[in-house]
Amino acid sequence: MIKPTVREKKNFGFADVPEDTSFEAGYLVSVNSGWRSIRPVVNTDKCIGCMQCYLYCPDGVISIQENKAVIDYDFCKGCGICSKICKPGAIGMERER
Amino acid sequence: MSISAKTLDKNEYFYGHKACAGCGGSLAVRNVLKVLGKNAVAVLPAGCMSAVGFNFPQLCFANNAIISTFAGTASMLTGIEAGFRRRGIKDFTAVGFAGDGGTADIGIQALSGAIDRNDNIIYICYDNEAYMNTGIQKSGLTPFGAKTTTTPAGSNIHGNIRPKKNMFEIVAAHDIPYAATATVGYMNDFLNKVEKASKIQGTKYIHVIAPCPTGWGIPVSDTIDAAREIVDCGLWYLAEYENHEFKLSRDPKTFTSVEDYLRKQARFKHLTDEDIKIITDSRDKKWEFIRKNWN
Amino acid sequence: MEKFLSGDEAFAEGIRLACPDVISAYPITPQTIVVEKLSEMVEDGSLDAEFIHVESEHSALSCAMGASAAGVRAFTATSSQGLLYMAECLYYASGGRFPIVMMNANRSTALPWNIYGDQRDSLSQLDSGWIQAYAENAQESLDLALMSYYIAEHKTVSTPFMVNLDGFILTHTYEQVDVPTPEQAEKFLPPYETENKLDLNNPKNMAFSAGPDTNYIFKYKEHTAVRRAVPVIQEAERKFAEIFGRQYSGLIDAYQAEDADYILITLGSIAGLCREMTDKLRADGIKAGVVRIRYMRPFPAEEITKAVSRAKAVAVLEKDISFGNEGTVFTNICSALHGAGLTVPAYNFIGGLGGRNISHQDIIEIFEKIQSGNAGRVNFIGIKEGENS
Repeated sequence: MIKPTVREKKNFGFADVPEDTSFEAGYLVSVNSGWRSIRPVVNTDKCIGCMQCYLYCPDGVISIQENKAVIDYDFCKGCGICSKICKPGAIGMERER
Repeated sequence: MSISAKTLDKNEYFYGHKACAGCGGSLAVRNVLKVLGKNAVAVLPAGCMSAVGFNFPQLCFANNAIISTFAGTASMLTGIEAGFRRRGIKDFTAVGFAGDGGTADIGIQALSGAIDRNDNIIYICYDNEAYMNTGIQKSGLTPFGAKTTTTPAGSNIHGNIRPKKNMFEIVAAHDIPYAATATVGYMNDFLNKVEKASKIQGTKYIHVIAPCPTGWGIPVSDTIDAAREIVDCGLWYLAEYENHEFKLSRDPKTFTSVEDYLRKQARFKHLTDEDIKIITDSRDKKWEFIRKNWN
Repeated sequence: MEKFLSGDEAFAEGIRLACPDVISAYPITPQTIVVEKLSEMVEDGSLDAEFIHVESEHSALSCAMGASAAGVRAFTATSSQGLLYMAECLYYASGGRFPIVMMNANRSTALPWNIYGDQRDSLSQLDSGWIQAYAENAQESLDLALMSYYIAEHKTVSTPFMVNLDGFILTHTYEQVDVPTPEQAEKFLPPYETENKLDLNNPKNMAFSAGPDTNYIFKYKEHTAVRRAVPVIQEAERKFAEIFGRQYSGLIDAYQAEDADYILITLGSIAGLCREMTDKLRADGIKAGVVRIRYMRPFPAEEITKAVSRAKAVAVLEKDISFGNEGTVFTNICSALHGAGLTVPAYNFIGGLGGRNISHQDIIEIFEKIQSGNAGRVNFIGIKEGENS
């Protein structure tokens, strides 16, 4: 699958900085999980795999695996669009602890 | 085959970005790239999407992507398209993503030039109706009555005093091969227009409403609701321009309440009943024109 | 082949020999002839390039940057207000390390409006990160069109290159020019190859933001790249001489400077007249010399200080003024003299603004003034000190 991925953490010192403003595409060094105050939780019994949450997620963190929504919590910002869009009510929002 | 959630490319090309939660613009960029696929070459001017997607070494595009100058989305697209052609590369799509200010204000000259040359590019205007990246200032696409940080709502002036610039028809007036309006609220309609555009030779322009919860003053979970309601209440229309003709993609028999749409958003909270009547009347006038003149 | 060409036409001939893939340009006097000629060459098939009719100078350079980011050779040309209109893109192109070549027809800047030549347009952009060369005649214009790509695209440099031609005096004046053959040009200029490009097989994110932690490193590298152009210019000129039989002299062109007591430093097309006057003064027993600056960036600090190290006085003649201070070329030279610990008296002469003629007599007077020490630090030719105070 093509997707930007998180790389090993390192400091970008003199030698790591390129000559030009050009660099490998999709190079990530940080996640977004710290942004959340609430998190979506999928009730797999209710999820019908309709993919609407996947289609409308601004961060692309929802994939459908074995017909159920699966959330990448490393990059979910907890906006709750998925929960609102879900017709069967399979995604609830829970407070982050 | 028409584009739907099921047929959409599973790859995620725009990922790990730092857009605000619930950002409509990032949703537009994400899904357009899924339609165009890995050989999309994206140009993004200074603005929200470049600010949240390209902070070295956090680079959030899996495909080729480059930031242009604020005014230079279309002109850089032209150069890239010509350059790739010169290299003998055929299977690619040069696509630009500029906001409302980057399109209707500072970038309109370069866009007009590209359409005039009929360069083979797709230009997506993601319209969140103000300069959101710099902190919600009025753009040429800010609607009448909206409060922004440069159109304050006081007792003398009720926010923005001018209506949205009509970018769709301005672009169509160039006799562009394809132009369309869309909203991130009706994703299938939007993405099928992108798919259609990708198969047409010449310049293509798609204007997509992409709500900004931060600037509009709505809950971050309500982006899609707002993006649907703006169409349902008739303040935005879904249409295409093709073969020298305008065509509505949907022609609602009835509209939902303009007032309900406006009252949900903090940027319109100050509007008087009279202001809302002005907005409703201008909606009706627009639709009268559309129904009379378009197919 | 010998041809009778204007500076603009000679430059266009040079560009045809360099075979850029993409030409994007917007017309402005006195640059127009270059783009007219290039469009004719594309039309008649003698130049295989995409000629893109952009709607502004900003788009001209933005489009060239797009082409360069796509990995191909790009060219544009402008002048004066057009250069200033695209100024944002100048910094963008150098920061992005896009080795674009641009011809600038040196022209006065409004207000008041004026289409004639001075160098205030390009000299205002010395800090933009571009290599800047100033041609003296039509032959050098053509030769710089070719050499500029060699230098700009060199792997250790990868920096955009601005070639300046004095408006009208050079752009529109006809001279005998030797136009090399395409075979010779091909032997000289290798095809453009770079990793600094969008690539479907190896996708890139380009022209990104860089925060305080890394930004200064990018800027340091940009600076050192312009400095690295110095040996590359020499390399290009050596190779050029081997193939074309014309040897250039690097960052400066010194004339009778070695034993000169009084040296006039200048740039551009006025240098020819200065040399003529030097000969005249020498015939009268005055040891005069001329240093013509060929490159303002990278700045020839060492070369200039070496050339004037034995002089008794130095004059800097330039078609520029940085209002409230002095001519920018003069500032640069004074900084170089100071850095070298030289205390030779230096005087600034501002002339030629808005195309005003600089006469034989003006140059003789400059030499007389620096010889007698009867000159202010900054002198406007034709205006007496205190006339307007």
